[in-house]
Amino acid sequence: MKRPARDAAETSRSVTRRGLVAGGLMGGTMLVLAGRMRHLQVAEADTFRLLAEENRINIRLIPPVRGLIHDRTGQVIAANEQYYRVDIVREDAGDVEMVLDRLARLIDLPPEMIERALREIRRHRPFVPVTVAERLTWEQIARIASNAPALPGITPEAGLSRFYPLAGDLVHVLGYVGAVSERDLAEQEVPDPVLRLPGFQIGRIGVERHMEGALRGRAGTKRIEVNALGRVMRELDRQEGTAGRNIQLTIDHRLQNYVQARVAGESAAVIVMDLRNGDLLAMASSPTYDPNLFVRGISGPDFRALLDDPYRPLVDKTVQGVYPPGSTYKMVLAHAALEAGLTHPDERVFCPGHMDVSGRRFHCWRRGGHGRLNMVSALSESCDVYFYEMGIRLGIDRVHAMAERLGLGVRHDIPMSSISAGLNPNPQWKRDRRGDAWRVGDTVNASIGQGFVLSSPLQLMVMTARLATGRALVPRLVRSVGGVEEPVPEAPPLGLDARAMAVIRQGMDETVNHRRGTAWNSRVVEAAARMSGKTGTSQVFSITAAERAAGVRRQQDLPWNRRNHALFVGYGPQPAPTIGVTVVIEHGGGGSSAAAPVARDVYLQALHGGFPPLSAYPEPQRNRMETLQRELSERMLPPGGPTRDRA
Amino acid sequence: MSYLEYNVQRTPAGLAKVLHVNWSLVLLLTAVAAVGWLMLYSIAGGSLRPWAEPQMKRFALGLAVMFAVAFVPIWFWRNVSVLAYGVSLLLLVLVQQFGTVGMGAQRWLDLGVIRLQPSELAKITLVMVLAAYYDWLDLRRASRPQWVLIALVLIVLPAFLVLRQPDLGTAILLVLGGGAMMFLAGVHWLYFAVVIALGVGAVALVLASRGTEWQILKDYQFRRIDAFLDPSIDPLGAGYHINQSKIALGSGGWSGRGFMQGTQSRLNFLPEKHTDFIFTSLAEEFGFVGGVSLLTLYGLILAFCIVAALRMKDRFSQLVTLGVAANFFFYFAVNMAMVMGLAPVVGVPLPLVSFGGSAMLVLMFGFGLVQSAHIHRPRAKG
Repeated sequence: MKRPARDAAETSRSVTRRGLVAGGLMGGTMLVLAGRMRHLQVAEADTFRLLAEENRINIRLIPPVRGLIHDRTGQVIAANEQYYRVDIVREDAGDVEMVLDRLARLIDLPPEMIERALREIRRHRPFVPVTVAERLTWEQIARIASNAPALPGITPEAGLSRFYPLAGDLVHVLGYVGAVSERDLAEQEVPDPVLRLPGFQIGRIGVERHMEGALRGRAGTKRIEVNALGRVMRELDRQEGTAGRNIQLTIDHRLQNYVQARVAGESAAVIVMDLRNGDLLAMASSPTYDPNLFVRGISGPDFRALLDDPYRPLVDKTVQGVYPPGSTYKMVLAHAALEAGLTHPDERVFCPGHMDVSGRRFHCWRRGGHGRLNMVSALSESCDVYFYEMGIRLGIDRVHAMAERLGLGVRHDIPMSSISAGLNPNPQWKRDRRGDAWRVGDTVNASIGQGFVLSSPLQLMVMTARLATGRALVPRLVRSVGGVEEPVPEAPPLGLDARAMAVIRQGMDETVNHRRGTAWNSRVVEAAARMSGKTGTSQVFSITAAERAAGVRRQQDLPWNRRNHALFVGYGPQPAPTIGVTVVIEHGGGGSSAAAPVARDVYLQALHGGFPPLSAYPEPQRNRMETLQRELSERMLPPGGPTRDRA
Repeated sequence: MSYLEYNVQRTPAGLAKVLHVNWSLVLLLTAVAAVGWLMLYSIAGGSLRPWAEPQMKRFALGLAVMFAVAFVPIWFWRNVSVLAYGVSLLLLVLVQQFGTVGMGAQRWLDLGVIRLQPSELAKITLVMVLAAYYDWLDLRRASRPQWVLIALVLIVLPAFLVLRQPDLGTAILLVLGGGAMMFLAGVHWLYFAVVIALGVGAVALVLASRGTEWQILKDYQFRRIDAFLDPSIDPLGAGYHINQSKIALGSGGWSGRGFMQGTQSRLNFLPEKHTDFIFTSLAEEFGFVGGVSLLTLYGLILAFCIVAALRMKDRFSQLVTLGVAANFFFYFAVNMAMVMGLAPVVGVPLPLVSFGGSAMLVLMFGFGLVQSAHIHRPRAKG
């Protein structure tokens, strides 16, 4: 180990030299590190601080409370109902399967629900709440709450969901809410972010859809701090949103309920209008379905059944269904002819039971003919030949113009879905759509509301209202939004000749109140409630020669879907009408037998705000009516209004 | 000079040794450790548990180890160097056979009382054995190829065993530390130029091996390299560490967000925030000022070691002191470069600050050697 001193000195110098070089290199490296630190922390500090904030803060939306919908009496017809669900948080639960097993035994959950929950739990991070069961009763929630210590990780939660207390009565008007689809989001350029909240519901059809803007409200926000796993650490601040606005409709839920009970079992549309302002008091399409099923998510078989029902419950027959108006169209011809001066009220036309036009024979509904008739009788007895004659004299263009003035072929703007414009044909239309010239036979068919003419019950209601008032009434469905009254639309006079109006009103009066009128059996004998109207029977299929030979003479002998539609439009009381009513019963057979009695009952109900006295009915019908009223009252809502119980 | 001088000069003995302890160095080490406690306390959300308190106990143990080592004469340590190196190699082999698997690597040897990480031990024994080797070797022969080869074998043996665990970070530190020892011992600089050239070639080879049957690195190691080259490729996967750590650093700004106010670390965006990435928490909460302060403390420790080494008389003492300093430097330089996105993510803790036992004890052992060399250097009699 002994070494010459010279070497030792050399060795020591070497280490010293290298040590200093190494120290220099280390110092240099540290300077580089400090420089990098300065670059990141000073030069780019703002960028990185922003990134850190984005990491940290999440903005969560607070869903707004959807506006309620009331009827004209203030009854809530679309409510927000608190519903209860239970969530489970895996990391709080510990043994998830054991906890779920206890829960299932406590509130009676089916095993497949537990299976589904377990699958969901596995898919999510341990702190994410997973819904185990929804729409629990208060009793179930209470049982869970009282057993909370045995159910770690289980939390009962409350949410709001739409509930329709009248179930199906108003489904076609209100529509329903449902989950947001990808298509809904794609429709909007910048979709409201609240739509992306899980479980958020928007109006799918009807008022719910068309008044969505008012009903939805604006979402509030809360800023929350999250950690790297997305777990919420705390709420930083919150900005409350605005609740949706409440809407009041012109509908009277009790009248609506009565109407639905009255036409239950039929495929029908009934509209009641307040003739003073166009308010729609009832808009009933039958049969109905329960919108609450859709809110909760309807099952495949249930939906299939609704689709396959031949009575088409999903269709709103009041605005979407279009029918040949039949004889209810005759007032259009009468007005047009009087206005054009092509006839005068006392001119008598001979009805032999048919009319030959350019080689084709057009029949009157009364095969034997009506004989000589003036306009009033032609209306009240609903003579077809008289109006064939008027149609030929007028030509289709004049008929078309008058139909439009009375509101036919016009899309009336109320916030409901799939509103049809019907069809008010003219030669132009036929050329464009059918590629064929208009023939005089088309005019003849159109003059009794057959052929190409199609009208929705709403259009017939508007026509009736305009005939009864002489003013251009338009329907109104929304009475107020957010407590602010919707203006009653202007209804300027139609400019119809007063004498002509009087004649036609007399014709409609005699239809019901004259012994020979087609609706004589549906007259009201109460003086203060005298009703006018017009029946209509529109052919869906003609009875073929073969069927006639086989003995088919009457509608009842035909299968249901080939029978005629039954229509009735009416108003009252005379002389200052306030209530208009339109009834269309699909395949009902005949206007006078099927539609007029319903229309009278609905009219009287609307007028009296409840069951009318039996004295309103002709003496021989009173026993039958008493029975009917009793039966209906059993099917209707109790007087206290709809209960909150659910089926 | 040599041990001959111990005959003409005297070295402190007995209680006098206490006076000759390099107390400034002790103070600096404690200051750095205190920074670690502060950060561990903050990361735990203002709590001594689960990290700060055990870390304090470990540092106390580390101080005890340091003083124990320091009061043993430096020549004793020189004499046991080869033995210590042999033992650490043996432990590295043993850990391969019987070690505990944790975090995807076999690094720990459970001795019942203490969980030992032989790879940490290897760092200091490598420094010791190389110092002893070059102390023994004539300086003129140091650059001769056969003697260089022996040194290289001494370095590569533990490095290879550690790489097999696999622990890339420690293997790199071993190679860097060993290389530093060779540099300090005066091996000709041309060797280093060649090694650097070879290193570049090796990196190319490793990258070329990817996806082939003889792939040298594990897939996760390749992903870390990719993430280093471009952290934004996979911000939530392999690049996550680097991205989040840069965000934390950057958001600290000049003076930081304040003690216990760092959102990145408190909200768990930072991975390994109490171990390898603890520097990001510091930089986030105390900013550039805090980061540079820690860097300065580290620099002072290095400076004290170098100054001490310059005043030492024998080669072993000098080489051990500088070797420990170099190792310490590589620790924090690699760690900081890594969290600042200047180097790929390899598992290297921030010395004395990161939560962890083995690394700290071994470091304190190393500083014990430094103190021992400092205490036992010959001083003029009288």
